[in-house]
Amino acid sequence: MSASKPLLSVEGLSKSYGGVHAVRGVSFSLFAGEILALIGPNGAGKSTCFNMLNGQTTPDAGLVHLLGRDVTGMRPREVWRLGVGRTFQITATFPTMTVRENIQVALSSHDRKLFNLTASMPSSALSEADRLLELVGMGGFAKRACGELAYGDLKRLELAVALANEPKLLLMDEPTAGMAPRERIELMRLTAQIAKEKSIGVLFTEHDMDVVFEHADRILVLNRGNLIAEGSPEDVRKNTEVRAIYLGEGLVYDARHREGAAP
Amino acid sequence: MAFYVVQFLTGLASAASLFLVASGLSIIFGVTRIVNFAHGAFYMLGAYVAFTLTERFSGALGFWGSIVAAALIVAAIGVLVEMLLLRRIYHAPELFQLLATFGLTLMVEDLVVLNWGPNDLVGPRAPGLKGAIDFFGQRIPSYDLFLIVLGPAVLGLLWLVFQRTRWGVLVRAATQDRDMVAALGVNQKWLFTSVFALGVFLAALAGALQIPRDAVNHAMDLRVIVDVFVVVVIGGLGSILGAFVAAVLVSELNAFGILIFPKISIILVFLVMAVVLIVRPWGLLGKAEAPARRTPGLAVHPWRPLTSNERIAAAIALLVAASLPLVAGNYALTVGAEIAIFVIFAASLHFLMSVGGLASFGHAAYFGLGAYGVAFVAKLAGLPMIAALLLGPVLGLLGAAVFGFFAVQLSGVYFAMLTLAFAQIVWSIAFQWVELTGGDNGILSVWPERWAGSPSHFYWLSLGVAVLAVGFLRIATFAPFGFALRANRDSPLRSEAIGIDGKRIQWAAFVIAGTVAGIGGALFAYLKGSVFPDVLGIPLSVDALVMVLLGGVETVSGAIVGAIVYKALSIWLVSQTEWSKLVLGAFIVLMVVAFPKGIVGTVESIWRRRPSSVKAAVLASKIESAE
Repeated sequence: MSASKPLLSVEGLSKSYGGVHAVRGVSFSLFAGEILALIGPNGAGKSTCFNMLNGQTTPDAGLVHLLGRDVTGMRPREVWRLGVGRTFQITATFPTMTVRENIQVALSSHDRKLFNLTASMPSSALSEADRLLELVGMGGFAKRACGELAYGDLKRLELAVALANEPKLLLMDEPTAGMAPRERIELMRLTAQIAKEKSIGVLFTEHDMDVVFEHADRILVLNRGNLIAEGSPEDVRKNTEVRAIYLGEGLVYDARHREGAAP
Repeated sequence: MAFYVVQFLTGLASAASLFLVASGLSIIFGVTRIVNFAHGAFYMLGAYVAFTLTERFSGALGFWGSIVAAALIVAAIGVLVEMLLLRRIYHAPELFQLLATFGLTLMVEDLVVLNWGPNDLVGPRAPGLKGAIDFFGQRIPSYDLFLIVLGPAVLGLLWLVFQRTRWGVLVRAATQDRDMVAALGVNQKWLFTSVFALGVFLAALAGALQIPRDAVNHAMDLRVIVDVFVVVVIGGLGSILGAFVAAVLVSELNAFGILIFPKISIILVFLVMAVVLIVRPWGLLGKAEAPARRTPGLAVHPWRPLTSNERIAAAIALLVAASLPLVAGNYALTVGAEIAIFVIFAASLHFLMSVGGLASFGHAAYFGLGAYGVAFVAKLAGLPMIAALLLGPVLGLLGAAVFGFFAVQLSGVYFAMLTLAFAQIVWSIAFQWVELTGGDNGILSVWPERWAGSPSHFYWLSLGVAVLAVGFLRIATFAPFGFALRANRDSPLRSEAIGIDGKRIQWAAFVIAGTVAGIGGALFAYLKGSVFPDVLGIPLSVDALVMVLLGGVETVSGAIVGAIVYKALSIWLVSQTEWSKLVLGAFIVLMVVAFPKGIVGTVESIWRRRPSSVKAAVLASKIESAE
């Protein structure tokens, strides 16, 4: 991608639970503006790997460097302060607040105003909050109760929240899980567009191979905790080991893009 | 040396009954996820029933037969309670379950007095174990030795039941995943009922076994439940072995603490509990619990500040309240001032509960510390009233800062148990440290100065402070701080992921709530002209909880209405009946089962006329699946 220093670089990341090696010596880097997909069958260690990047899980060994800083073992909130936005596999929002207030909380945290006891939150950072909502196409939802939103809208709200601290890196854990096919495509197009415009690096895990091969610049493949392949969608598509792992699972992509690879 | 051995053995003997009660609580919690506040009440009932049986039927049953029969009778009562009450609230928020079982406790306290009278009863000694054994010149009661053996024996029996019987396997399976066990075709209802019966049996057995050692009285329920909460917090809720280890630890700390700090031996237990909580937040042998169910979970509509019409309405209500001295007599004004003070107290707890999702069961500690703070400053330091009113609440602030730091490390039922235990510790200190606090005699003649002395002036002062306190809490609720606190309540995962330090925010909220409660307590000291340990007591903490619940947990300022209605009702009730606890307990149970939204919450949902209950159900299921 780029000759400059990577946004995120991971070296020898490992984690085991009891006797199970969930992640073993995984290393990779991610550059600004790049969209990197992390794929692998269930139990490959994707989520564990993911959670170690923003401090949700502490690795047993290995280093995570973000913008040249060692962030290994930092708490999620500290990693966030360095400019890492994150969305969750199962959406995590504040259901008793309005859509706009969800964003306003993130903005006030970004401005370090959390201990302010007297300002009026409902009227703070209005334009900034609405700009973010417009960005993800939710301008008309500002005053809606977050608890009433449809699931696809919640995913978009999460994206807006994740963008509130002007992140340099976005971590998206299965961003389209549980969404209708059309919503998936829209959400990922939107993400890719924002990432390119603002030169944000995006790392996402995904089960839907259509989404992965359409949007990822590069793909990492995990199996049983090991990184078994890394490269452009074309390279990964041709990789025999990857095919062997996925064949038994009826890889969607295989059926559709048969012309792209040897049988 | 021999003396220390005997002291150690006495500690072990006390550990036996503590272990029985704590293991019963743990078993019930493991399967039903209910922290049974009424467990102390069952312990007490066991003792009373055993007293009656050993006195009247010892011929037919013998002493030991009477003990077991008493435990069985109380277990049968427990089954009734489970079937009639608990089955209705298994899916209610934890706070409601704790409150309902507390209401039960209140009822039992009055029923016991109704049936057995208010005096201490001394039961017979155990036949064959009446004597004592000589140990290098020290005497050890034989009955203590029996109890020392009994504890490990019960532990072993429970282990066998849970490992080797089909029923035990089902219970362990249900402890791990209730829904899965139900899906496998196990009759959940009877599993829950039988587990509850076993837990109650153990508690009642412990109570019955105490009668040769201690007199039976109607306050033993709260004493034992606080000790048991400390035990399960240290040992880990849900772990029977943990309950045993912690029961021994706590009993030994008590036995030896008396030698080290004769006046305030409870400090030692507190220190150990604090260390355990820092090192292992889920107790020595407990497992980390899944995040607690969200305590509110009833309403979806977002809060909003008052509209201009509502502001006018509030101003008019305030004007009416302020003009009360024009029409009312001195007694009504004193009642009015007391209500205003309780509005402050309830609003502070409401802030912690509704915005923070932290249901404190010991909020009176900070109210009472504020009251004692005033008494110290006014009586001991001799400072003027203004200084006392400003400095008194500082004691509440300090207490909240110290205890709150530990309490916010936990959540849900652990938080509730811990705050309750802290409040009881503060109460014990006030009760035992006679030189400083006057103990049970309290600190007398803390009277307001002349400018605030007349009933109307003091009423205006209380009303003014209440308006300031409530206004401040409302502003804080809609400030970034309040939103951050709510964010952490709604989704700890998301709030951490947007840079919110949840524990620090909660700690700050705890300190704010404690300080405001302390301000209420400071006024209360001047209202009553004296300070007694009662101002720190569990009943006062529960009063505040009921006020919040009555007003509506889900509302922004429901506690104001709750405090006014509840305080007025209870003052009237005490003047009408001797059995106020019985009526109050029944009222709490009824409210939890039939009226969980509270007054303001109900009015709001009628006002909206929207099918909000459907949405609430959808939301609740969403939250549950997300967790």
